[in-house]
Amino acid sequence: MKKTYRIDVDCANCANKMEEAARKTEGVKAATVNFMTLKMIVEFQEGQDPKAVMEQVRKNCKKVEDDCEIFL
Amino acid sequence: MNKKQRIMLARILAAALLLVVLNFIPAAGWPRFVLYLAPYLIIGYDILLKALKGIKNRQVFDENFLMAVATVGAIALALYEGSGDFTEAVAVMLFYQVGEWFQSYAVGKSRRNISDLMDIRPDYANVERDGKLEQVDPDEVAVGTVIVVQPGEKVPIDGVVEEGASTLNTAALTGESLPRDVKAGDEIVSGCINMTGVLKIRTTKEFGESTVSKILDLVENASSRKSKSEDFISRFARVYTPAVCIAALALAILPPVARMLILGLPAGWETWIYRALTFLVISCPCALVISIPLSFFAGIGGASKEGVLVKGSNYLETLSQTKIVVFDKTGTLTKGVFEVDGIHHSDIGEEQLVEYAALAECASSHPISKSLQRAYGKEIDRSRVTGIREISGGGVIAKVDGKEVAAGNDKLMDQLGVQYISCHSVGTIIHMAIDGRYAGHIVISDVLKPHSMQAIQALKATGVRKTVMLTGDAEKVACQVAGALGIDQVYSELLPADKVEKVEELLREKPEKAKLAFVGDGINDAPVLRRADIGIAMGAMGSDAAIEAADVVLMDDDPLKIAKAIKISRKCLGIVYQNIVFAIGIKLICLVLGALGIANMWLAIFADVGVMILAVLNAIRALFVKNL
Repeated sequence: MKKTYRIDVDCANCANKMEEAARKTEGVKAATVNFMTLKMIVEFQEGQDPKAVMEQVRKNCKKVEDDCEIFL
Repeated sequence: MNKKQRIMLARILAAALLLVVLNFIPAAGWPRFVLYLAPYLIIGYDILLKALKGIKNRQVFDENFLMAVATVGAIALALYEGSGDFTEAVAVMLFYQVGEWFQSYAVGKSRRNISDLMDIRPDYANVERDGKLEQVDPDEVAVGTVIVVQPGEKVPIDGVVEEGASTLNTAALTGESLPRDVKAGDEIVSGCINMTGVLKIRTTKEFGESTVSKILDLVENASSRKSKSEDFISRFARVYTPAVCIAALALAILPPVARMLILGLPAGWETWIYRALTFLVISCPCALVISIPLSFFAGIGGASKEGVLVKGSNYLETLSQTKIVVFDKTGTLTKGVFEVDGIHHSDIGEEQLVEYAALAECASSHPISKSLQRAYGKEIDRSRVTGIREISGGGVIAKVDGKEVAAGNDKLMDQLGVQYISCHSVGTIIHMAIDGRYAGHIVISDVLKPHSMQAIQALKATGVRKTVMLTGDAEKVACQVAGALGIDQVYSELLPADKVEKVEELLREKPEKAKLAFVGDGINDAPVLRRADIGIAMGAMGSDAAIEAADVVLMDDDPLKIAKAIKISRKCLGIVYQNIVFAIGIKLICLVLGALGIANMWLAIFADVGVMILAVLNAIRALFVKNL
């Protein structure tokens, strides 16, 4: 399953870091952050609950870039 | 400017002003330090905080941390040496923030610019309820609802005109400035702007399935498919910062130790630590990381303004390397509609012959019959026609004005035992026999699009090496079209499956670096569109299959846009490479100069911010593609 989330982040490198962090989160199959349109596209692994996974993704993103937000 | 940016601007100005004022205050020692601390904290407190949080989260190599170390280090050195030169540290922080501010401003600006370009999102739909017009969310309009579009409004949902006639501006969809006329019964696509009359439209799709939604979705998600250059840059950024940091550490420790132990000179710790701090200032890969996606974003935005939708940065990259262009004939190079091209050997007058043919074929909806009816040009009086018999695979026999008219191919004439004259023209030949006597023939052929020849020439001029045409048509027709257009290679009489095979063959033959583009109208060549390195669908307004299968969608059916799309991609990729080389080059030069002690921190920060600003400005250039 694929879902798109709106995000807020200030610098392009931070967006790359968020992408990395999201990819490494458990339950995430693939993740792309589009800095220009401020969107995060997440593909979940089978049988995962997107809500729970996204909470974790958000936590991990906050860790690498304090000044970011994912609108769930 | 948003609130964040305004606050930042105020901080920048305040810090800059303070710095200038402090220059004239003759304080020394600790009071001087305290005075300079004010602008430093005003401009840099958030960086310091972020750096601390970064350490807590074990994200040591982030630019906040590096800027914090560089500036705090510089202040500490100034205190230790007693030079009191705090200006440098404050200025570095100041310029760094100026750079960040500019970046945020420029990105925000181009985000808005590009969404303005694609300003086709309808905000509402008018639905008539109890004789009154009501504005509703287009999402809530069910299929089959009648909506009203007033002059000046956007058509919100795809549908068919029920009532009214008007002129539409399709520029936002196709980049074509010529207005289009519609009347009752015509299909209408969302995103057009109604210019003159009130239209009542019965919707045929939901908003989410309408052309306008599909296009918006496509454009908005385009830059999510990343190109190789973007991947390269994010990989580069990941190694660059740590590498420079390690180099800085080495620079701070190794040379002084070497001087002490091997050369027996004084260590000169201050000098080398200062140079190491200079390294840290240059360690931020911002310019690169921002300018590459921005270039692609601008390029895709500029292209969509011209009616060329590119589905991803990666496709823009591939498009720029296109060396072979394979065309489908019908609907791509030719109009795909048949027209009467010539009338030969008629002894009853050409108009009369066409009239008989049109009347005899009046019951058929075959494209050929339609073209005859169009050529006749007048209302068809069906009462003049009786006893229509369709001869399968041959033609039609009917009584027109009491005369027995036969219209069809060679086989029909043979069957009727009529002597006919073969035609040497290319196209579909309709022989006519009236009362058993041969009356001449009509040549019907598919006509070339007006820009097809120019399009082939333009492609050659952009450096496309080979043009190929694939068609299901007869060899004679194919060769004639290819000859007229100057196409290099022709494969004719192909079934749809053969087309895929031919493209695969061409893909095998070509060198790895030269990319192959296939251009089709998307109707039955979806498999070929997918198979080619890059699939270009044209005239796709409203055709879901084409939008789905292709990588690049041309909104109108002008083949000239293919060359334009390639030029746009070249320009964009050119800018990307300029930025990569420029940004990496300047950084490396600064690193070398910094290590040698020629570049101080001032130069480092100027280089860093300057490169970023220039790279961003250069990236925005990709947006301007009108005159390519």
